[in-house]
Amino acid sequence: MFKSVSRRQFVQASAVAAAGLGLVGCGGGNGSSSEGGSDTIKVGILGPQSGSVSNYGIACANGAKLYFDQLNANGGINGKQVSYTVEDEKGDATEAVNAYNMLVEDGVVGIVGDVTTGPTVAVAQASVADNMPCVTPSATAADVVTYGTNYFRACVTDPEQGRIIATFASEQGYKTVGTIYLSGDDYSEGVNNAFVEEAQALGIDVATQEAYADGDVSFSGQITNLMAANVEAILCPNYYEDDGMIVTQARAAGYDGVFLGADGWSGIVGGDSDYASAADLHDCYYCCAFTSSNDDESVQQFISDYTDAYGEAPTNFCALGYDAAMVLANGITSAEEAGLEAGSEDYKQAVIDGIAGGTVEGITGSISYDGTGDPVKSSLILTFDAEGKEEVKETIEVGE
Amino acid sequence: MQVLMQVLNGLQLGSIYALVALGYTMVYGIILLLNFAHGDIIMVGAYISWLVMAQLGMPPVVAMILSVLGCTLLGVLIDKVAYAPLRNAPRLSILITAIGVSYFLENGAQLVFGADAKVVPAFTDVSTIQLGGASLSFAAVATVVVTAVATVVLTLLVQKTKLGKAMRAVSEDMGAARLMGINVNNTISFTFAVGSALAGIGAILYTMAYTQATPTMGMMLGTKAFVAAVLGGIGSIPGAVVGGLLVGFAEVIVTALGLSVWKDAVVFLLLIIVLIVRPTGIFGRTMSEKV
Repeated sequence: MFKSVSRRQFVQASAVAAAGLGLVGCGGGNGSSSEGGSDTIKVGILGPQSGSVSNYGIACANGAKLYFDQLNANGGINGKQVSYTVEDEKGDATEAVNAYNMLVEDGVVGIVGDVTTGPTVAVAQASVADNMPCVTPSATAADVVTYGTNYFRACVTDPEQGRIIATFASEQGYKTVGTIYLSGDDYSEGVNNAFVEEAQALGIDVATQEAYADGDVSFSGQITNLMAANVEAILCPNYYEDDGMIVTQARAAGYDGVFLGADGWSGIVGGDSDYASAADLHDCYYCCAFTSSNDDESVQQFISDYTDAYGEAPTNFCALGYDAAMVLANGITSAEEAGLEAGSEDYKQAVIDGIAGGTVEGITGSISYDGTGDPVKSSLILTFDAEGKEEVKETIEVGE
Repeated sequence: MQVLMQVLNGLQLGSIYALVALGYTMVYGIILLLNFAHGDIIMVGAYISWLVMAQLGMPPVVAMILSVLGCTLLGVLIDKVAYAPLRNAPRLSILITAIGVSYFLENGAQLVFGADAKVVPAFTDVSTIQLGGASLSFAAVATVVVTAVATVVLTLLVQKTKLGKAMRAVSEDMGAARLMGINVNNTISFTFAVGSALAGIGAILYTMAYTQATPTMGMMLGTKAFVAAVLGGIGSIPGAVVGGLLVGFAEVIVTALGLSVWKDAVVFLLLIIVLIVRPTGIFGRTMSEKV
């Protein structure tokens, strides 16, 4: 669900650059080899730990660390403890490839990462030659898993989200819908285009598709157009800050209909501030992998474990990080059980085959793979109650 | 009905651009400086509103007063610290300084408040006004009215008061104004104060309509307002207002036609065309320079 570098991130990147280049190349100190039958298994966690997208990277890393810590406490994999190294790529594609290479030199047998789409594509391309098993918690762009067979993801893709929402819209019986999306953004356009295609196939009339540019704050022109088209539902597949403004402005303009969204909505309420009021969030539905209001037992257990470990409630990304680590560990288990030597080509291939053939019961649903790096998994449709709190509307099972 | 709504949308957007463009034009008129930090002063004003209301829980009136006061002081401070020492330096130096101040404010805000958007609470409980069957957004009506009043007050200030006379004199010829006994530095400071107070008012109207404060919000707003000021003829008060409205309406018309992706391109194209046909802008005066 990530944009590549936006203007906002660019500004921050320049600030980081200005702050000094002195940090390049830290963290290489523990370079001792672990290959050759030692009793630890080395894995890497790769993601932005500083910079403007660090909140996603830190959340994913925390989830992954929590999983490995729990795994170690329960005896590790085949009696071997897992030791992890976290590398920071600052949200930058070049840094990400450097960090990836450092992890490879460090002798890791698999990587949880990268987190955002741009850097993940770069790492995916670099990792093909090594056939390094990688599981990205959160990079949703389609091409991430297309460079080799070694890259998997724990989240559903942008187009898949679009199809899920279109199916939901059809179930609800909406006849006329409109969309408003962020022009030039892979995530937003990806969800939008798949939604429109699927909706039309299901016989829904997509009356108008409105676009806006990055940094826009006034959506009144687009909202007026949408209202003039008499739509029953508006697809708004953007990031929560924009979604909040669009919903607020639409309600102020007198639109009382439905809003549909994708997982970019996650965070619109419940964080430091609410980006739309409870009164305005009526009739809003979005698909997402995780919510703290899911009363599933394993989800509640995860929430309490995570809160104990980090002192704050987990987000969607923490859960995806946790699940990505689980997927990778599942692959490593099959390689270990086969008794292969860590770091060998056979070992890596065994990890990849183990992931591709296995099924894990993650926090964000049951995850399996059917021959590609894209998961087959269930999704949640979330909505808001009268107090503006998230609640589960329904669960979309695999293959529905 | 749809047309009427779009007209109001255009008026609202145009009024905000106009208000920001007025600040640009005032400062440019007097020391020929494109104050690129102007948009970022609005950003600081928005954060002050957020701090006062969301963090300290004080009423909206206090937030409004503190935002305008804070922006005014910040504007004067920036002039004293960053621009005044360069009064006699080449124009390029002070222009680069302005860009530096802009980056300083943006990155400073990012450091202090973080990169994510902060939600500024509503200033009023009234969100719509009923007028002859149509429901109009309160923020839109307030924006249009406040901008109209600000323009009239500013015109009176510049044309009818002694300070206004001093400002016009400094703008004509700084050296001669000094010889006539005008305190040039005070006059310039006063201009910055007025321009920045307008930025403070702009910040309130902006957050009333768009509810979020981000460290980089001043960037595009400032650029659009700059375009508006140049379109209208930079240095001219009616020019800034007309330019702002033109830019606002251009954006809304393009959006209404369903071409919202091209909105920014159309605005900048408009600028290019006006600059080719009328290099000094719509209300700009052609000044012959004696060598």
